[in-house]
Amino acid sequence: MGHDSHPVNTETPKSNYPMLRTVAMVLMFALLVFFGAELTKDLPYPILSTLIFFPILGAVLVLLTSRARATQIKWTALIVSLVTFLLALPLFTNFNKGTAAMQFVERSAWIRSWSIEYFIGVDGISVLFVLLSALLTILCVSVSWTSITDKTKEFYASLLLIEGSMIGVFCSLDMFLFYIFWEAMLIPMYLLIGVWGGPNRVYAAIKFFLFTLVGSVLMLVGVIVLYFQTDRSFDMLRMMNTNYPFDLQIILFWAFFAAFAVKVPMFPVHTWLPDAHTEAPTAGSVILAGILIKMGAYGFLRFNMPMLPDASKALAPAMMVLSVIAIIYGAVICLGQTDLKRLIAYSSVSHMGFVTLGLFAFNMQGLQGGILQMLNHGIVTGALFLLVGIVYERTHTRRISDYGGAANVLPVYSALFMIFTLAAIGLPGTNGFIGEFLILVGGFTASKTLGVLAATGVIIGAAYMLWLYQNVFFVETNPVLLGHGFKDLGMREMMTLIPLVILVFWIGVYPNTFLSFMDASVQGLLDRINSAGQANVAAQIVEVVK
Amino acid sequence: MNVPFPDLTPVIPEIIMAIVGSLVLLAELVFTNKKPLGYAGIVASAIVIYLLPLCKGEAFGGMFISDDFSVYFKMIFLISLILTILISLKYLQIEQADFGEYYSLLLFSTTGMMIMASARDFIMVFLGIELMSLSLYILCGVKKHDPRSSEAAMKYFLLGAFSSALLLYGISMVYGLTTTTDIYGIASYLRQTPPTLPLMLSMILIIVAFSFKISAVPFHMWAPDVYEGAPTSITAFMSTAPKAAAFAVLGRIFFTAFQTFEPYWTVILAVISVLTMAVGTVMAIVQTNIKRMLAFSSIAHAGYILMALIAGTNEAMNAMKVYLLIYTFMNLGAFGIVILLEKGENISDYNGLSKSHPFTAALMLVFMFSLAGIPPTAGFIGKFYIFMAAVNAGYTWLVIIAVLFSAISAFFYLRIIMNMYMKPMSETVGVMPSFGLAAALFISAVMMLAIGLIPSVILY
Repeated sequence: MGHDSHPVNTETPKSNYPMLRTVAMVLMFALLVFFGAELTKDLPYPILSTLIFFPILGAVLVLLTSRARATQIKWTALIVSLVTFLLALPLFTNFNKGTAAMQFVERSAWIRSWSIEYFIGVDGISVLFVLLSALLTILCVSVSWTSITDKTKEFYASLLLIEGSMIGVFCSLDMFLFYIFWEAMLIPMYLLIGVWGGPNRVYAAIKFFLFTLVGSVLMLVGVIVLYFQTDRSFDMLRMMNTNYPFDLQIILFWAFFAAFAVKVPMFPVHTWLPDAHTEAPTAGSVILAGILIKMGAYGFLRFNMPMLPDASKALAPAMMVLSVIAIIYGAVICLGQTDLKRLIAYSSVSHMGFVTLGLFAFNMQGLQGGILQMLNHGIVTGALFLLVGIVYERTHTRRISDYGGAANVLPVYSALFMIFTLAAIGLPGTNGFIGEFLILVGGFTASKTLGVLAATGVIIGAAYMLWLYQNVFFVETNPVLLGHGFKDLGMREMMTLIPLVILVFWIGVYPNTFLSFMDASVQGLLDRINSAGQANVAAQIVEVVK
Repeated sequence: MNVPFPDLTPVIPEIIMAIVGSLVLLAELVFTNKKPLGYAGIVASAIVIYLLPLCKGEAFGGMFISDDFSVYFKMIFLISLILTILISLKYLQIEQADFGEYYSLLLFSTTGMMIMASARDFIMVFLGIELMSLSLYILCGVKKHDPRSSEAAMKYFLLGAFSSALLLYGISMVYGLTTTTDIYGIASYLRQTPPTLPLMLSMILIIVAFSFKISAVPFHMWAPDVYEGAPTSITAFMSTAPKAAAFAVLGRIFFTAFQTFEPYWTVILAVISVLTMAVGTVMAIVQTNIKRMLAFSSIAHAGYILMALIAGTNEAMNAMKVYLLIYTFMNLGAFGIVILLEKGENISDYNGLSKSHPFTAALMLVFMFSLAGIPPTAGFIGKFYIFMAAVNAGYTWLVIIAVLFSAISAFFYLRIIMNMYMKPMSETVGVMPSFGLAAALFISAVMMLAIGLIPSVILY
């Protein structure tokens, strides 16, 4: 493999001005997005259903293509994911930021005898994750362009199936529908890790599957209990406005906790994550880090907090303690890693600890920071996995000690890596700072001790990320590395990373674009939590939601 | 004395099946190619499926009843029969077991099950069970040149005869105590008597006898050996239709005859159910032969279905029927793949199957995920329905145990997928495609996804 498979060589004729071409391509992409947004703005189509089923149809199309036509398969996947993203843009432009109600709602009967509906919609909490899913899938297709040569057909089909079900998870407003998407996603993800992953992939895949499945089935029991407690209805909006008895809430909280804590992953059940992240192919790691583990935190936001507010309040201290343990434990473990991907995987444990800390602080800053940090972590860790994948494709090693002096060989690559490293640390001006700052403010408000302890996680975070950067890019140039004689980032790779660079600075400098989406919804959630148990206030929320 | 000729309308389906079975037996002497006999069986079953809803009512003085409950079960038996014949056609030729009696016995066995589903009298139950079982004993040994097949038949016969004896013992005790074999008669008698020890004992004997039939722990020992030794097509049949028939009888007996004993039998069945799930799941993990693995998997599934009986509501009965229908499709599909592969008995034979036969591997993937109960496949809908009914009946603790075993069971189903997709090919495994087998697999796989995505098609 090595440099022979370099994309610039295989796809486009060599250019003397790679930077210029990249800039031109980025401008074209920006124009496409801009005009796409203008174009799709007023189109009357059921936007969320389209976003769910267009990728799934794309997957079917890919599966029907002949195996020999690898190029056609790749282009189909790329075009499908691009079109999905363009079709998702009205969510950004037409979203009404002034209300906590569900928007773009579609509702029709599905399984009448169980009163299950096909009921989807987004609010300020979920809309950004739908957009992020659509964006990251494009990047995943792009980064796998040359690295996946075996069973291309199944790979891209799995990727598109994951995209459809991910978006389905974030849009579902019917609990049964949610569960279907939530579990259905396991199948392609299991294959993605197990078929195209690293040397230890089979073990990692089955560990991932069983961990998440055990959590999910416990949630299933909780879902069924809720169904009967809500008068045989899976309508999530109705559940959010029903006040369940406190004892039941506590039991249900743990049932849902089982599923979501595994996905996040929170401290005692995080052990599947390092294996899965490390062994997954780059696209799999990006999806895992970018979206999949966000679903756990999203589950807390969507189920535990509004449906079981009393239990959430009562158990918040325990959740916050677990979060802080995850922050510090994850960060300390990172210090001892020798494997690039494993280090980033453990840093996810630490970062997701921040997210859950913010969420369970139960104040405006904490919740907004938590949600924003979910987004940030998706962007930054997704980008770091992309970067590691790009260099792995050239060197086929993930050991940190095999690198050294990469900055001399790959200047552009090192610069981009620096940007994302700093964003992961939370340098002001990058998105990481905004998220962590809000969370720490929220955390301090809720508990001073925990806030202080969490802040140490930021310090250790800086230590391991800078140590990683130093060992990979500076110190002495590793002769082995030079021997590869490989090239810096090609245009395709630049194109993959630049949207994320833009987002890092956009959120870092003007987070309001994104925070404004969630203002109303987070306020609505807070009202619900604070008013828990008071029937009259709950009735007012019913009015607001309607 | 002028005895009026009884109204046979409710029995017409059984009569047709028995006549076709006998005709096939006769025609066997004429036909050298036995396939048309199989087709005759399929056509007869299809006609009977069409006739079933039209032939409702009671016959033989109430000993035989054809109602919604029995019609649904008979559909399951007939679907299972059709799929079994489809997967047998080519397989029998390859195994050199291509006897016309094979199809005839399948038809008789199905007739027996249909009688079981409709029986409202213990004598009728016994008649149906014996017709079903005796045919199955012979079918297990149809591979005459294979000692394992004969051993399976012998084992099945001995244990089957033993369980029949227990059942008869139980029935005779009930008769002695209540002076009737009519299920409703027993029910009305028991409503006036407190549960006495002899009555409990007879009920337990009946439970034990049926536990043999549904291979529930601790009466499951025969299942893996018999499933392994029997011709694969018969294994597929045995793991679906006869089980469904036993559940049909269990449903009828316990909801009518022993209704007043509900607190007692729910405890017994709950213990059996948990044991069945546990042993089925744990033992399946260590198997290396796929037929044995599927045998233990079907034991575990019997445990889930028992939960519906324990829940004991109308909703739960519907859940049981739906589950058995789904289970029939997915289990027959999985066994169909085992037949499709030339030497597909070892789990390691599946290594790298996705590379050599991607389409076969994809079908197996669907069946395995369905057996594991992962959405959006039908297996999930079945499990979900049973769990829902059990939670509604107040058995949340049982559901928690069941979902945990269900999660553990994913491990051994995933192992097949892992071998197919994630391991390098060890040696090329040939496939023996035939039209019938392809049709059966196609129908099963389509049903898996169709029921999984639009469950309304089988819910009512």
